Amino acid sequence: MAEAEESPGDPGTASPRPLFAGLSDISISQDIPVEGEITIPMRSRIREFDSSTLNESVRNTIMRDLKAVGKKFMHVLYPRKSNTLLRDWDLWGPLILCVTLALMLQRDSADSEKDGGPQFAEVFVIVWFGAVTITLNSKLLGGNISFFQSLCVLGYCILPLTVAMLICRLVLLADPGPVNFMVRLFVVIVMFAWSIVASTAFLADSQPPNRRALAVYPVFLFYFVISWMILTFTPQ
Amino acid sequence: MASADELTFHEFEEATNLLAETPDAATTSRSDQLTPQGHVAVAVGSGGSYGAEDEVEEESDKAALLQEKQQQQQPGFWTFSYYQSFFDVDTSQVLDRIKGSLLPRPGHNFVRHHLRNRPDLYGPFWICATLAFVLAVTGNLTLVLAQRRDPSIHYSPQFHKVTVAGISIYCYAWLVPLALWGFLRWRKGVQERMGPYTFLETVCIYGYSLFVFIPMVVLWLIPVPWLQWIFGALALGLSAAGLVFTLWPVVREDTRLVATALLSVVVLLHALLAMGCKLYFFQSLPPENMAPPPQITSLPSNIALSPTLPQSMAPS
Repeated sequence: MAEAEESPGDPGTASPRPLFAGLSDISISQDIPVEGEITIPMRSRIREFDSSTLNESVRNTIMRDLKAVGKKFMHVLYPRKSNTLLRDWDLWGPLILCVTLALMLQRDSADSEKDGGPQFAEVFVIVWFGAVTITLNSKLLGGNISFFQSLCVLGYCILPLTVAMLICRLVLLADPGPVNFMVRLFVVIVMFAWSIVASTAFLADSQPPNRRALAVYPVFLFYFVISWMILTFTPQ
Repeated sequence: MASADELTFHEFEEATNLLAETPDAATTSRSDQLTPQGHVAVAVGSGGSYGAEDEVEEESDKAALLQEKQQQQQPGFWTFSYYQSFFDVDTSQVLDRIKGSLLPRPGHNFVRHHLRNRPDLYGPFWICATLAFVLAVTGNLTLVLAQRRDPSIHYSPQFHKVTVAGISIYCYAWLVPLALWGFLRWRKGVQERMGPYTFLETVCIYGYSLFVFIPMVVLWLIPVPWLQWIFGALALGLSAAGLVFTLWPVVREDTRLVATALLSVVVLLHALLAMGCKLYFFQSLPPENMAPPPQITSLPSNIALSPTLPQSMAPS
């Protein structure tokens, strides 16, 4: 009932808005949005209530989120010009990938701190701190992409490298030698290129053309360092 | 000639007429909302007025740039756009600055010719990051190559080198410019004629001067000690020359003793950085890796290890 009373008032206040804005009078232009905001939250709440997730089973909720994550994985593995990865971002996929990568990079024996590969925390810090730095860099360069969208893309695009890590661990089960290393090198280079192609397909359009290289270079460095960590991994 | 003068005169008249017609309040409010528009308007205005008064083109250019710089520093310290002004560069500009740092010439001032009152933090930050990671990666690769030549060396990835390289490079690229900037500010108080660079410009000079070390570090992968030293000396010479040529116009006004001391300290610190990189990351056989094999393996490998000892001493 309250909405029914307020909604006729809404078009009445909306029509003089451009007229007052033209005058650029501060006192009036401040008045109008206040009146507008009274009605809008009520409506959105009502609309939200119809498609509420409160009544559905927990299984449905989890399955829907897992499906969203899986769909984004498919987008990374087959990068197209599509903004699904950008529109509804989440950080579940990056978290899963990062933890998987860090767990697989963990060496079996943590002997001495000085003589070994990256520890779990170091991988975690490199991935998240690197992604945040790249995102800040692209924002500072004037990119029109939101902070979490960029984090989401960078995190999801680790997927090929996580796959490379899995293959490397399997290859390392075989006897060591130059052939073994060559296979790992090939896999890591291919997956590295894949990560770069996928992430630039999503991120490059957010920058003006004369700054695209400046925004893409840090991404290249980021995936290069992760690839290097994967390639030099030896289980012992 | 006369027609050209008339043209410019008309242009000015038009501009003043336009200014007179448009109310002041409206233009200021608009420039507050849309920064690019205000930016353009100021640049045109200052260029015109200075062009009329000063005959020298460079003077007006400089004045316009100064004006531009003042315009840029309008946003407050806590706003995001304040930091965006430090990353306001294009790809071509960054490449031009890198080229300028790679090819120093006497009398060719890096700040005057390449930064042009618009220092950026993109270059210093990412050059430092690249250098740190390249140092760590190549430092590991030398070990791998050493293992290839001599299978008795046990290689394992040394991730701590990333941390060491990152901390040392970033500390050098930020603390030394800070000290230099502070020193020059102090000297300015003593000698009034000096016009020192701003802190950002000093950071920029140092950041871009480190770029030469990236190809040098990659070339250090060649396991020939004398070649490594030649590459090191070449890169150090280029980098230090760029620094000296850029700093010389500032310290020239100071007393001869202070100028010489300052420049030699700058070059010495740069040489220390290069030497430190060489000795820490490019030992062909670090002592940490020599210690474990005797404990694990038996006597024959221990004997096989001893011929490598002179090799490790040779480059260092």
